Amino acid sequence: MLERIFIFLFLPSVLAAQLCKPDAPEGFKVRLSIKTALQDEAYEWDGNERFLFQATLAFAMSRHTRQEFNVSNILVCDETPRVSFWFVVTSPDDPSQLINRGKVEAAVRMSRNRINSAFLLSDETLEFVGILPTLAAPVEPASPPWLIVFGVVMGLVGAGIVFLLVSTVLQKRRKKNQEGDEGDDDEEARVKTAENGCRSDGIYNTSFSEDEPNTQM
Amino acid sequence: MKLVIPNPGLDQRIPSHQDLERMEKEQVSDRPKWDNKAQYILTCVGFCIGIGNVWRFPYLCQTHGGGAFLIPYLILLVLEGMPLLLMEFAIGQRLRKGSVGVWRAINPYLTGVGIASMLVSLIIGLYYNTLIAWIMWYLFNSFQDPLPWTQCPLNGNRTGFVDECQRSSTVDYFFYRVTLDTSTSIDNSSGIHWPMVVCLLAAWTFICICYIQGISTSGKAVYITAILPYIVLAIFLVRGLTLKGALSGIEYLFIPDVNELMNPTSWLDAGAQVFYAFSIAWGGLISFSSYNPIHNNCMQDAVMLTAITGLTSIYAATVTYSIIGFRATEKYDTCVSENIRTLLNSFNLPESSINTTSYDAAFNHLNSSHPDVILGLDLQTCDMQKFLSEGVEGTGLAFIVFTEAITKMPASPIWSVLFFIMLLCLGVSTLFGNIEGVVIPLKDLNVLPQSWPHEALTGATCVIAFIMCLLFAQTSGLYWVTLFDNFAGSVPLLTIGLFELIAVVYIYGIDRFNEDIKFMIGHKPSIFWQVSWRFISPLIILVILVFYLVTLAQKELTYLVWDPNSDVFPVQASVPYPPWISAVIFLLAGVPSLAMPVYALCRLVFVGCKKSPLWHDEQIK
Repeated sequence: MLERIFIFLFLPSVLAAQLCKPDAPEGFKVRLSIKTALQDEAYEWDGNERFLFQATLAFAMSRHTRQEFNVSNILVCDETPRVSFWFVVTSPDDPSQLINRGKVEAAVRMSRNRINSAFLLSDETLEFVGILPTLAAPVEPASPPWLIVFGVVMGLVGAGIVFLLVSTVLQKRRKKNQEGDEGDDDEEARVKTAENGCRSDGIYNTSFSEDEPNTQM
Repeated sequence: MKLVIPNPGLDQRIPSHQDLERMEKEQVSDRPKWDNKAQYILTCVGFCIGIGNVWRFPYLCQTHGGGAFLIPYLILLVLEGMPLLLMEFAIGQRLRKGSVGVWRAINPYLTGVGIASMLVSLIIGLYYNTLIAWIMWYLFNSFQDPLPWTQCPLNGNRTGFVDECQRSSTVDYFFYRVTLDTSTSIDNSSGIHWPMVVCLLAAWTFICICYIQGISTSGKAVYITAILPYIVLAIFLVRGLTLKGALSGIEYLFIPDVNELMNPTSWLDAGAQVFYAFSIAWGGLISFSSYNPIHNNCMQDAVMLTAITGLTSIYAATVTYSIIGFRATEKYDTCVSENIRTLLNSFNLPESSINTTSYDAAFNHLNSSHPDVILGLDLQTCDMQKFLSEGVEGTGLAFIVFTEAITKMPASPIWSVLFFIMLLCLGVSTLFGNIEGVVIPLKDLNVLPQSWPHEALTGATCVIAFIMCLLFAQTSGLYWVTLFDNFAGSVPLLTIGLFELIAVVYIYGIDRFNEDIKFMIGHKPSIFWQVSWRFISPLIILVILVFYLVTLAQKELTYLVWDPNSDVFPVQASVPYPPWISAVIFLLAGVPSLAMPVYALCRLVFVGCKKSPLWHDEQIK
C-alpha cells in the first residue's frame, strides 16, 4: 500500500523526468538572452518567469489546437545559467502522451508575437532552437524613391538646357539687330576681321596654319 | 644645350610676342576667356583632384609603408609632376590653342600627339562617366530611410534571405546584383540593365548642361564642384574622428614602415600616381591655359596646384582611413560578439560572464578544458588587421566599405547623400577637363564642323559618348570598366607625356620656351626647371613606362569575377581573360600610344607623294 502511494506521488515527476529531458524527441530547446535585450532593465529568471513561460505556451497550444491546455501540460527541464531550457508538451487527455513536434512548432509560430511580448523580448532574444522565425519583409516603399529623385534631377537639367539654348538664341538675335541698326561698314569689317583674323596686317595670319593640314591631310 | 631638332617654319605657325601683346591690348580674340583667375584655378584644382584622391591614394599610402610613402610621393610630386604641369600650362598659354592646335603649331608631324591625347581623353571619359553614373544611382537611392543596402530581400518561403545575399553581405548584394546585375564573366552578358541606362543618361545630360557653352558654363559650375568636396571632407573628418575606432584607422594609415622605401614598387607606384593625379597628357590643361591672359603667372599656378594636390591627397586619406578604422572596429566587435554568443550558447554560461575584454582569457580557459567542443564550434578568428585592409581601394572602397560604414552611423541617409554628392562633384569636375580635351580637338581636327556653335558640339559629343557607354550598361559592364581602367589609363598617358616633353624641349626648343616664359611672366625659369625638363622628368617617365610594359608583358591576364557559384564566393574569383581581349587591349592602349608615330609616318608618306614630279609641275603652274 505504501509503495503504491509512493508510486502515485512520484509518478508524475518521474514521468516528467522521463518525458522531458535534453534532446527529447518531441521537445524544444529555448534560449533567452534577457540581458542582451533589456540591459539595465533585465529581470532575473526565476520560478515566476518559468510559470509565465508555461502559461504562455499553454495559451499558444490552446489557441492552435482548440483543446484546453493547462500549465501542468508544459514540462520544463534542464535549466542552465545561460537561461536556456528544454520543454515538452503533454496532452491534456493523457499526461503520459507527448504532443508531437510539428503541432508544437505550428502553435509557437502562430503565437510567436504574443510569447515574445510576454517576456519583452524579440525573435532573436527569445530563441526556439529549430523553429525559424518568419522574417519581416524588408521595408519597400510604394514607388521607388530613386526614380523620383532621378525625375527631379532630369527635370531641372532639362529645363536648364532649354533655358540656356533659348537665351543663347535670343542673345544672337539681339546682336544681329544691333549690328543691323548701326549699319557701319567699317564696324562690320573690323568685327569680321577680328572673327576671321585673316586679312589685316598686324593680326597673325591664322589661315596659313589652319589651312595647311586641311589641304594636305 | 643646343640639342634641338631643326623645325623650319615654326615662326609662321605661331603668333610672335608682338602679335600676342597686340591681341592682349585690343582684346579681339575669338577665344573664350576666364571670367576671373579664381575660375581658372578652381577648374584646374577640380580637374586634378578627382575620385582617385579618395580611393586610390589612401590605399597606396597604406600598402607602401604608411607615412613613409609620403616621402617618395612628395619628392616625385615636385620632380615629376610640377615640371610637367608648368610645361603644359606655359605651352597652352603661349600658343593659345587646344591640344591638337598646339602640337600642330609646333610641328605638323606632331599632330599625332594631340590626336592621342584626344583618344585617351575619350576612352577615359567613357568609363569615368560610368563611375559617375554608379555614384548617381547610389545618390538617388540615398533619399530613403532605411537605406536600401541595409536589407536583404527575402527568399521564396520567407524563412531566410536570398542565398546570394546571405552568403556575402547586404552591401555586396546591393552593388553586384541590384545595381549592376553582374554576370559571371566578361563575355557572358545577358543584356542591358535598364537602371544603369537611366543613370548613364542622367550622367551624360548633367555633363552636357555643365559644359554646354564651354567654360562660360563650366567655369560657373566649378564654384560648386571644386569647393563642395572640401567642405564635405571637413564634415566627414569631424564626424569620423568622433566615431569609435577612427584613430586605429589613421594609425594604420600613417604608421611609417621605412623598409618600404627600399622597395622599388613604392617609388614606381608613387610616380604613376603623381602622373595620373595631375591629369597630364589629357589635353585639358593645355586647353584651359590657352584661355588665360598672356601675362598670367603660370609658374605660380603650377606651384600652387602642386601644393594643393599634395595637401588634398593627405587630407582625403586621413578622412578615408578614419572611416575605414571605424568600420573595421565595428566588424571586429561584431565578430567577437558572435564568438562570445556561440561560446555562451554551447557552454550554457550566464549572459554577462564573457565580454569583449575577457574574451581571450575565457576562450583560453574553455579551450584548455574542452578542446574538442571548441573545435566543433568553428569559431571565427577576428583579425583587426584583416578588417582594416579589406576592400580599401577603387570601387570597393566607395560602394562597399564606405556604404557599410555609413549604415552604422546614426542618421545614415544624410551621410550617404553627403558622401555621394562629394564623389559626384569630384568626378564631374574632372570630367570638365576631360570633355574639354575631347571637344576642342574634335573641333580643331574638323571632325565636327567648325561652324557649329559650342552647344551643338557638346551635344553631339555627349550623345555619341552616351551610345558608346551603353557597353558599360550591360550586365558584364563592371568587367569592362575594370578593363578600361587598367589599360586605357596607364601606358598611353605615360607615352604621350614622354612625347610631349621631348616635343617641347627638343623640337620646340628649350631656349625658345625659356624666352616665352620670360615674356609671359617676366623672368626665366630657374635652374631647377631646366634640369627637370631636360633630364629628370623624362627619365622618371621613361623608367615608369618601361617598368609598366615589362610587368604587363610578364603577367597573365586575369581578372576578378563575382560568381555566386564559384568555390571562393563571396571573395571574387580570379579567372583568365578570353583570348579576344588582346585585341581590345591593343585598341585601348596601343592605338593612342602609336597614334603619334603612325600619324608622322603617314604624313611623311603623303608629303613624299606630293613632292613627286607630277605634283611639283602642278605647283609651278
